[in-house]
Amino acid sequence: MIDRKAQTRKNLISLAAVLVFLALVLVLDQTIKPTSKAYMLLTVLQKGSVYALAAVSMNLLNGFTGLFSLGHAGFMLIGAYTYAIFTIPSDARDTVYQYFDAAVRVSFPETLGGALGGFGTALGVLLAVLLAGAVAALFAYLIGLPVLRLKSDYLAIATLGFAEIIRAIFQWKKLGPITNGSNLLKNFARCSTFKLKLGETTVSLSTFVPVLIATLCIALIVLLVNSTYGRAFQAIRDDEVAAEAMGINLARHKMLSFCTSCFFAGVSGATMAMVLSIAQANNFKSAMTYEILLMVVLGGIGSISGSVIGALLFISASEWWLRGLDSGTFLGITAPTVFRNGFRLVVFSVIIMVVVLFFRKGIMGDRELPEALRKKTKRGEVSGNE
Amino acid sequence: MSERQSVLRLDHVTMQFGGVVAVDDLSMEVGEGEIVALIGPNGAGKTTAFNAITGVYEPTNGQVSFLGAPVVRNHPQGKMKKQYKGSDAALYANEPVLRPTPDKLTALGMARTFQNIRLWKTQTVFDNVLIAKHMLKTSSFLSATLHANRAEEADQRAEVAALLEIARALATKPKLLMLDEPAAGMNPQETAELTAFIGRIRTEFGMTILLIEHHMDLVMDISDRIYVIDFGKLIAHGTPEVIQNDPRVIDAYLGVEEDA
Ligand SMILES: Nc1ncnc2c1ncn2[C@@H]1O[C@H](COP(=O)(O)OP(=O)(O)OP(=O)(O)O)[C@@H](O)[C@H]1O
Ligand SMILES: [Mg+2]
Repeated sequence: MIDRKAQTRKNLISLAAVLVFLALVLVLDQTIKPTSKAYMLLTVLQKGSVYALAAVSMNLLNGFTGLFSLGHAGFMLIGAYTYAIFTIPSDARDTVYQYFDAAVRVSFPETLGGALGGFGTALGVLLAVLLAGAVAALFAYLIGLPVLRLKSDYLAIATLGFAEIIRAIFQWKKLGPITNGSNLLKNFARCSTFKLKLGETTVSLSTFVPVLIATLCIALIVLLVNSTYGRAFQAIRDDEVAAEAMGINLARHKMLSFCTSCFFAGVSGATMAMVLSIAQANNFKSAMTYEILLMVVLGGIGSISGSVIGALLFISASEWWLRGLDSGTFLGITAPTVFRNGFRLVVFSVIIMVVVLFFRKGIMGDRELPEALRKKTKRGEVSGNE
Repeated sequence: MSERQSVLRLDHVTMQFGGVVAVDDLSMEVGEGEIVALIGPNGAGKTTAFNAITGVYEPTNGQVSFLGAPVVRNHPQGKMKKQYKGSDAALYANEPVLRPTPDKLTALGMARTFQNIRLWKTQTVFDNVLIAKHMLKTSSFLSATLHANRAEEADQRAEVAALLEIARALATKPKLLMLDEPAAGMNPQETAELTAFIGRIRTEFGMTILLIEHHMDLVMDISDRIYVIDFGKLIAHGTPEVIQNDPRVIDAYLGVEEDA
């Protein structure tokens, strides 16, 4: 029934494509200088990675398990803070925690770097990223315990409330020694400082690292979705009664999906801190959750490649293609001043509305990229439209 | 009947929805290796009885026993310590089921099909069966994730839906297979094939089967015993010959059923 050879071949092609992509990013990372105009491409890749991972992790829950959560920004906040707190070097700590006496005095990259050299530093960063995901997953578990037993609408309300509360708690003065109150966290291990020294030459990794993290995590989610657990999630989404009747423990599987989704949201938050070089609770408003939701819907609910495409298009448009609108020039036209500040957002909203109108199931529907390409050549059809 | 081991036993099971008594004081038993049919007019409460047995509903009153042990909500022995895990399904057989959610009963060995076909529509035929085997999976979340291998796509045709539901139920390795109108919408030819198929499931797997069906050819052909309910109440019980000649059954059900 399963053609194993064809399957292996497909897996190898996907793997090769991913490796080529990563190599390309590494090359771009070296060749594009911060002063050049094309540097925007690197910014898009960095932020795009963060949001692609966030969107895919949200899709795992909303699209593949049929559980609607609106707390993504909150879990990303937890991830960003966990990562930042555990990677601030000790000599920078007192400058960062200006008004508080820092409680956490360990820096993973520093400690491990001291013991193992450059490899240890990288390991420390990795450890902090994993911890960021784990702490987010732990919070998800605690919320899930009472809420996942209720009807799924409650999850949306509970997670939305959680995200708002957690943002307030992280800015609370009493927690200042840990979170630095309403001040931002900085000077932790960030992308702009990631470099690889090979003898004389230095290889910049500032774009490569976030892209690599996102790629690995998304690959894991793809594997999960195709595993028997992922199929069980989809069975719950398609027909909960039938899933339970076939022996799938609903509470356990919903919890697994929720915690996994939030783990990757935490990792995405950590990556965001890495990319932006700062972590500040106030940046993680529920508007961020809606943006991510929009990327998922644009790309297609239930399509992982759709979420990636949605995120990359969204970030490209808002950070790059439409940038000129705010300064009054676009495609060489100089617009009157009315159309300046904020006009970008107006155009952006219109574009999104048009896309949603014409691709009702998102760009990809619930299909994946290889499948869509195959179907396209066969039937000359493009979108998941009815 | 008495020489067989009891697989399923209902003692005075009542299922009430507000004022509607869908199943009324129903007692019945299914022994190992038997094919037992549950028949009755539309709305008699057959599907509701299935739901009460499989844990979709909790009976308002009465007791369901499976494999000799009562299926109870709050067992005096207290909370079950072991967390549910597919591979531990066998361990469950000796432990009282605390909260009979459908998945736990399936882990014990109860599998069913649905009258209103409930296949996972976005999944392929192969995946539908594979997902039903998920419960038996022994590998952990992480290792299952790392060894993912997706099946090829397959068509899902309406004619095979009922058979696929049976296959899916069988994939959970049940001890009791419960079929809710498997022949619905089938023509006589297909019904005859299905009858033979169900017979084969019994002989090849030694399966115990509880069957709801309106096609009387099928029911009379393969059932060892038949229970007839009307308005939730048991009105007759016996071998196909006894049932076919029971005046109350003819009056309440068979007489009206000309087209079956
Ligand atoms: N969840 C529920 N809430 C209220 N009433 C219900 C519920 N489920 C079933 N009933 C009622 O119970 C009665 C029995 O329905 P049931 O579906 O069990 O009949 P059935 O014997 O399977 O009929 P059919 O042969 O048409 O499938 C019906 O009157 C139905 O309206
Ligand atoms: Mg019915």
